[in-house]
Amino acid sequence: MLSDFLQLMLQELLLTIIIFILLFLKLSSKELSKVNLLNIINLLLLINLIGGFFTTNSGTLFGDMFQTNDLLIFEKNILNVGVLIISLQSYDWLKTHKHLVEFYILMLSTLLGMYFMLSSNNLLMFYLALELSTIPLAALTNFDLEKRQSSEAAFKMIISSAFSSTLLLFGISLLYGTIGTLNFVEIPAALNGSPLQLFSFILLLTGFAFKISAVPFHLWTADVYEGAPVAVTSYLSVISKGAVLFVFTSVLYTVFEPLSTSWYNMLFLLSILTMIVGNLFALRQQNMKRFLAFSSIAQVGFILIGISGQNIVSTASVVFFIVIYLFSNLAAFGVLTIVSAQTGKESMNDFNGFYKTNPTLSWVLALALFSLAGIPPTAGFFGKFFLLLAGASKGNYLLITIAALNMVVALFYYLRVIQAIFMTKNEKPIEKIKVHLFPKLALLLCVIGIICTGIFNTVYNYIFSLLK
Amino acid sequence: MNEISINHILFLSTALFFIGLYGLFTRRNMITMLMAVELILNSVNINFVAFNKYLFPERLDGIFFTIFIIAIAAAEAAVAIAIIINLYRSHQSIDVEDATEMKY
Repeated sequence: MLSDFLQLMLQELLLTIIIFILLFLKLSSKELSKVNLLNIINLLLLINLIGGFFTTNSGTLFGDMFQTNDLLIFEKNILNVGVLIISLQSYDWLKTHKHLVEFYILMLSTLLGMYFMLSSNNLLMFYLALELSTIPLAALTNFDLEKRQSSEAAFKMIISSAFSSTLLLFGISLLYGTIGTLNFVEIPAALNGSPLQLFSFILLLTGFAFKISAVPFHLWTADVYEGAPVAVTSYLSVISKGAVLFVFTSVLYTVFEPLSTSWYNMLFLLSILTMIVGNLFALRQQNMKRFLAFSSIAQVGFILIGISGQNIVSTASVVFFIVIYLFSNLAAFGVLTIVSAQTGKESMNDFNGFYKTNPTLSWVLALALFSLAGIPPTAGFFGKFFLLLAGASKGNYLLITIAALNMVVALFYYLRVIQAIFMTKNEKPIEKIKVHLFPKLALLLCVIGIICTGIFNTVYNYIFSLLK
Repeated sequence: MNEISINHILFLSTALFFIGLYGLFTRRNMITMLMAVELILNSVNINFVAFNKYLFPERLDGIFFTIFIIAIAAAEAAVAIAIIINLYRSHQSIDVEDATEMKY
């Protein structure tokens, strides 16, 4: 029993230990300099990442509350890579921040919540994990303590996430009323598609749609992304969204499988709205963070198409796309983090003529945006291609046509940024930025990820083999 | 004495849910909005307890869920109030109409 516990929960235990070490580091942080602290914490995160690759067990714990298998471990490893990259990227910002240890404690608590959410096998466990992964995030959003926008964003975040989780809870309570169980294994057998069950499912779906910011539940996204510090924005847009999408896919495919004809239509509507509204709003944004917020909303629309396919290929394509999305979005946010930490500039006009002074950063940003838009040599193309292929397996060509048209619109606004960087003349571009070793390493990781995951098929094959 | 039927209790919880929703959408004071969210959470609690007692008395899933919801609601309120205090320091107000720097 005890050895089972230690083996199956290895990743969670490791992360908990790291959080405790951070608490003790906080006590002795007076003696250590900020640079040393950051070195130690990044080393701990690296250990966490490496530890994840040595766990290959599957099974359930705590009376079927907690489950783990190879796919879940892989998904947790993806999140670990993302957290390490974000930590390395925000080096410059954190070096000057007064509360850097708390930043990591809160961030790793939310990561722990996401681990449990991925592994949850019971609606109670799922709800607890979801709250653990959102409440500290609201505190993180407020981490630029003196900035007005930051606290405004944090309030918007906490009130909308509290509201969405109440809807989710109301759905869960009605579902419990109709079938009398909360276990993911027992629910599908008891579902019969009665009106009350459908209503409760819609409430659950609304809760999920809030977290992944699908239109029409996206209104908090852009404000929160703009007000939060850039490091937190990238965490929100990649790690937190990715984790919820993983869970969303598995919950739809296993727990609500009997209702699949109903939720296919809901996903159809959600994905069309999400793509169109996300793209149209992205066209008119001037702030880079807001622009990336709407572009990430549009990406969720594409992911929903993949989810609607409902077979092994679509799960594989969703996981694969999130890996690619992680690398490309983090590369874009990484450049933004570095620029914003050193110059404080976040507007799109500030990037005019960026290529003249910072050619390397410009190329990284351009590569990331090409990958997000889905231009062939980059990984983004393959990710989108697999998503659309999975969605097309249902034979709904209207959806695929709308998606293809939306990709053209998306290309336009991504190219607008690239035009600003490379072509627009500017008398006073952002001065030459000196990039520290850690952010450089993070950007290098992202670039390797963008190029290699697309060209070599090992990652996709690996994900596919886990699903069989 | 007649026992109260489950319909009455479900009516109460649903009414509470919509009162909470109404409060959340119409109130402009941040603390009051938080209170509205708590109302909705309490309606969920009533739902769980009623379903557990009337329909599935052999297992205690619903009661446990309620206990966890109460604990989480407390944590959520603590973080939200901390954020509101911080917001008050910069905005000198806890009215949502005064915190509208970012739009569209």
